[in-house]
Amino acid sequence: MQAELNGPGDGAPVLSLRGISKSFPGVRALNAVQLDLYPGQVTALVGENGAGKSTIVKILTGIYQPDEGTIAVRGAETRFPTAQAAGEAGVTAIHQETVLFDELTVAENIFIGHAPRGRFGLIDKRRMEREAAEILASIGADLSPRVRLRDLGIASKHLVAIARALSIDASVVIMDEPTAALSHKEIHELYDLVAKLKAQGKAILFISHKFDEIFRIADRWTVFRDGQFVGEGLMGEVDEGRLVQMMVGREVDQIYPKRPARIGAPALTVAGYSHPTEFEDITFTLHEGEILGFYGLVGAGRSEVMQALFGITRPSKGACRTGDGIRVIRSTAEAIDAGIVYVPEDRGRQGAVRGLPIFQNVTLPSLSRTSKSGFLRLAEEFTLAREYTQRLDLRAASLDQDLGLLSGGNQQKVVIAKWLATKPKVIILDEPTKGIDIGSKAAVHDFMSELAAEGLAVIMVSSEIPEVLGMSDRVIVMREGRIAAEFAGEMMTPENLVRAAAGIRERNAA
Amino acid sequence: MSVTSEEPRGRQIPDRLTSPLRKALSSWELLLFGVAVAIFIANSFASPWFLDPWNLSDASFNFTEKALIAFAMAMLIIAGDIDLSVASIIALTSTMMGLAMMAGAPMPVLVLVGLVTGLVCGAFNGLLVAGFGLPSIVVTIGTMSLFRGISYIVLGDGAFTGYPASFAYFGQGYVWWVITFELFLFALFAVIFGVLLHKTSFGRAVYAIGNNATAARFSGIRVNRIRFILFLQTGLMSGIAAICLTSRLGSTRPSIATGFELEVVTMVVLGGVSILGGSGSIPGVVIAALVMGLVTFGLGLLNVPGIVMSIIIGALLIGVIALPRLWSMWRR
Amino acid sequence: MSLLKSRETVLGLAILLLLALIYSRFPGFVRPASLARVLTDTSPLIILALGQMAVILTKCIDLSMAANLALCGMVAGLMNMAGVPLPLILLAVIALGAALGAFNGILVWKLNIPSIVVTLGTMTIYRGIIFLLTDGRWINAHQMSAGFKAFPRTVYLGLPVMTWIMIVIVAGFAVLIYRTPLGRAFFAVGGNPHAAVYTGISVGRTQFWAFTLAGALAGLTGYLWVARYSVAYVDIAAGFELDVVAACVIGGIAIAGGAGSVAGAVMGALFLGIVKNALPVVGISPFWQMAISGTAILVAIAFNARGQGQQGRIILKKAEQRE
Repeated sequence: MQAELNGPGDGAPVLSLRGISKSFPGVRALNAVQLDLYPGQVTALVGENGAGKSTIVKILTGIYQPDEGTIAVRGAETRFPTAQAAGEAGVTAIHQETVLFDELTVAENIFIGHAPRGRFGLIDKRRMEREAAEILASIGADLSPRVRLRDLGIASKHLVAIARALSIDASVVIMDEPTAALSHKEIHELYDLVAKLKAQGKAILFISHKFDEIFRIADRWTVFRDGQFVGEGLMGEVDEGRLVQMMVGREVDQIYPKRPARIGAPALTVAGYSHPTEFEDITFTLHEGEILGFYGLVGAGRSEVMQALFGITRPSKGACRTGDGIRVIRSTAEAIDAGIVYVPEDRGRQGAVRGLPIFQNVTLPSLSRTSKSGFLRLAEEFTLAREYTQRLDLRAASLDQDLGLLSGGNQQKVVIAKWLATKPKVIILDEPTKGIDIGSKAAVHDFMSELAAEGLAVIMVSSEIPEVLGMSDRVIVMREGRIAAEFAGEMMTPENLVRAAAGIRERNAA
Repeated sequence: MSVTSEEPRGRQIPDRLTSPLRKALSSWELLLFGVAVAIFIANSFASPWFLDPWNLSDASFNFTEKALIAFAMAMLIIAGDIDLSVASIIALTSTMMGLAMMAGAPMPVLVLVGLVTGLVCGAFNGLLVAGFGLPSIVVTIGTMSLFRGISYIVLGDGAFTGYPASFAYFGQGYVWWVITFELFLFALFAVIFGVLLHKTSFGRAVYAIGNNATAARFSGIRVNRIRFILFLQTGLMSGIAAICLTSRLGSTRPSIATGFELEVVTMVVLGGVSILGGSGSIPGVVIAALVMGLVTFGLGLLNVPGIVMSIIIGALLIGVIALPRLWSMWRR
Repeated sequence: MSLLKSRETVLGLAILLLLALIYSRFPGFVRPASLARVLTDTSPLIILALGQMAVILTKCIDLSMAANLALCGMVAGLMNMAGVPLPLILLAVIALGAALGAFNGILVWKLNIPSIVVTLGTMTIYRGIIFLLTDGRWINAHQMSAGFKAFPRTVYLGLPVMTWIMIVIVAGFAVLIYRTPLGRAFFAVGGNPHAAVYTGISVGRTQFWAFTLAGALAGLTGYLWVARYSVAYVDIAAGFELDVVAACVIGGIAIAGGAGSVAGAVMGALFLGIVKNALPVVGISPFWQMAISGTAILVAIAFNARGQGQQGRIILKKAEQRE
């Protein structure tokens, strides 16, 4: 599979890794992988979660030391013992979340760790601000270097992160899911920026889960699977199916196991839900046995609506009707009582209680049922946990194992099991397959269908169009805190969803 | 999809891999218990007076009052908060009881005043932390000054003395043979808090909050209400400790119980409670209280001055956390 | 930016209001000479508050500062009795203070023990060491040499040397915090530890330097304290660590780390210093001081928390405009 590496802007790789291995207690994260980055080219690194992408980024930026293998910069073997050393060797990274410092100014953020020094070794503020302004101008960012970062929006912060990467006279720029938190417009600005960096001869490592993006901007690809190097080559010589096959290691046929559903009586009716800053006039009806998709761009307010339905935040207006009457849900306990449960997007922070054993995670919202007048009954808890973890096909050594020791996909199964154990009527799944491997993804989809078939009402918030279209009976599209459109049947097409989410008016089939 | 459907749904996962007994045998609590036994034996060799039951009973005063607070503090720390104002709550509670005594209140009213003052102080902390979302460490550093400050305003450099004779029972009385009332309270509350933390859904919620408060809230647990109750509980236990201490000393000065918070936190941490929250147990705290009591008593018999004992307590606090970490660094 | 500025402005106004209140009861307090005395009296608190600020910025807390001060002060007194010349004593206490701070820092850095546990422990250990050194005996004024006692009190350009030392330290500290990589690292480590690692800053090492710096300042203050009050014993500056934390909290140093200013810390200390000095003047019992500083801490935290405000994103367009 190792194609001969000839292509546009051909030349020797500026950075090349060979035979890199890295182990953590119990896990072999990387096993003799290789990676080459070429000047003036974008290399896309693709792989499932757990393939070892973030480990290789940490090795490249000097956070981790490889157990074995070599790193060569322009043919000369080297080591990155610290983040500083990696920076000095010309490797810089822009990370998943824009991770910078709120209390420092834009210029200080750009130059932290390598600020220009003046007399007595003190930071030369004036020079630093001037150079920051130059870099910002070069990427077309209209920002004052003296503003504190806390006063900027997320998109501007992202620009500062990019400016920081450029301030280190880097020959290698790593972009780790750079578009995950950006809006449509910002993503396109980022593409322009990538083009500029390429033109400057920088080698770019681009990590992304979005295939359209990869095919749009990458020149080369490298695939990792389970910590192993699978292959590399030129983008022009590969197609999507082939890449997916290499990522997964097998042919993927039918991904979405949507079963035809028998739609029943209304399970949840939401009327005019509004919030002062987050959403307005949310009105819809959800039926038993239905999977209702919520699509929209990141930041369209979908999670915020769901969290209001679950009682995390209170709406300022509106009400909802469940089986037992009209009400406003004011706390999570009330939501659970009303049979509404929510599987959050941010699994690590909001879903899983790492540090508690699996069975205690499962029974956490059902304690009033498994306990007797406030006293725990462990046998009941184990029974409940056994039943639901089995249903979700959980893989774990034992039920009293710490949840934190499981993989992301299995943690997600426990979180879902926890909610099913409350015997809900409405289950809200917020990005249920985000960040879990393809195997677990399929299991979750499978299960979602099964639940709907059993008559449960399901809301699925998702930003992946294939998932939304593949799983939903009906789709609501949100934009800027409002319901922008609703589609069902034949109208559920990728084009319609994207247009509604981006606010593009249908201009009579141009 | 075909990937998972090849395998049968619903494989059986065992409930436990290691039996509860084996877990207990490899626990921090057992190690600590070993230490306690070793100190006990060492003490009995070091001093001929050590094994006298009356001496042991007298010595129990050096940990019982602190341990009463430590039980509540353990739950608070497991939930991820801390209360540094406990010693100041004692000072304020004792002062309020003194005021009531000066006004001629009978013994039962004094006890009531003590309990209520403790509860009010705890409620104040709880309101600021759980109600207004302020960080517990600074809030309780603030109330630490405030509560004791009120005692100083009331008392200045004076003192309340002359508590009624019936009031002396709480700190000086015996329930049976050598068992003091305080020792009885210690045992009683050890059981109450042990059951509360380990056998009730309230206790489970405390662990959940300490490990991940957001996820606990997303699981329908009323996080702030529980945190408030934990502060209330800590205030109440401090009030009870204040009743015992005041009764034992027979007087109230604003400097009463100075430095107790340090010893209480040390006791809790020594007992295996993670200062970052999420883990720990009441049996651990009970044994830690005994260890600290035995060390203090043993050194006292050897005529070691109090301040040297506090060095040892301080070193113990750092040592019990540092040694396991040093050990694992050494082995790597 | 404007928010942080306003925090200091509010504190400045509070101090002015306080002075105005005192003025209405006792105008003499606001005379320059009297204010200079307050400044001198508050110098130790200001110096320690700066050290504590560095530690708090890095998400830690140092409760052992007062014990460190007491130990270094005692060592200074003992060295003086042994006839060691003053410059050498100064160097020695700074080095000893830094070493005691570094010990805290090492435990936090290398063993990853929470700073509150470490310093609760070393707080009692350091004080205990004073007892071991002296068997609980005091060093009194007549046992100290005249030069030893006179140095901080020598008036130079209208202010005592102690005040000048404080002013130099404030200026030096401001340069350190705002114009050196280490100073910026304090903010970075406290503000976003994960990101700090990626920018090549070691979180633990930065915390170590913050503790060492705080220790050195406490050591120097130990000498100043003992020389000024002409007495050294186990319990000097007992409970002072709380005043120091209080000064920082009142000065708007975020206890969660990463935010705060030198001006804030200095003003926080001054606020407490003015209260302490004004109480006897206006005829309130000094026993009120503790309760007042406790209340000031609580008010300050509540105020700071309000400033942090909502973190949630604003999605609705019209709400965005309203902001």
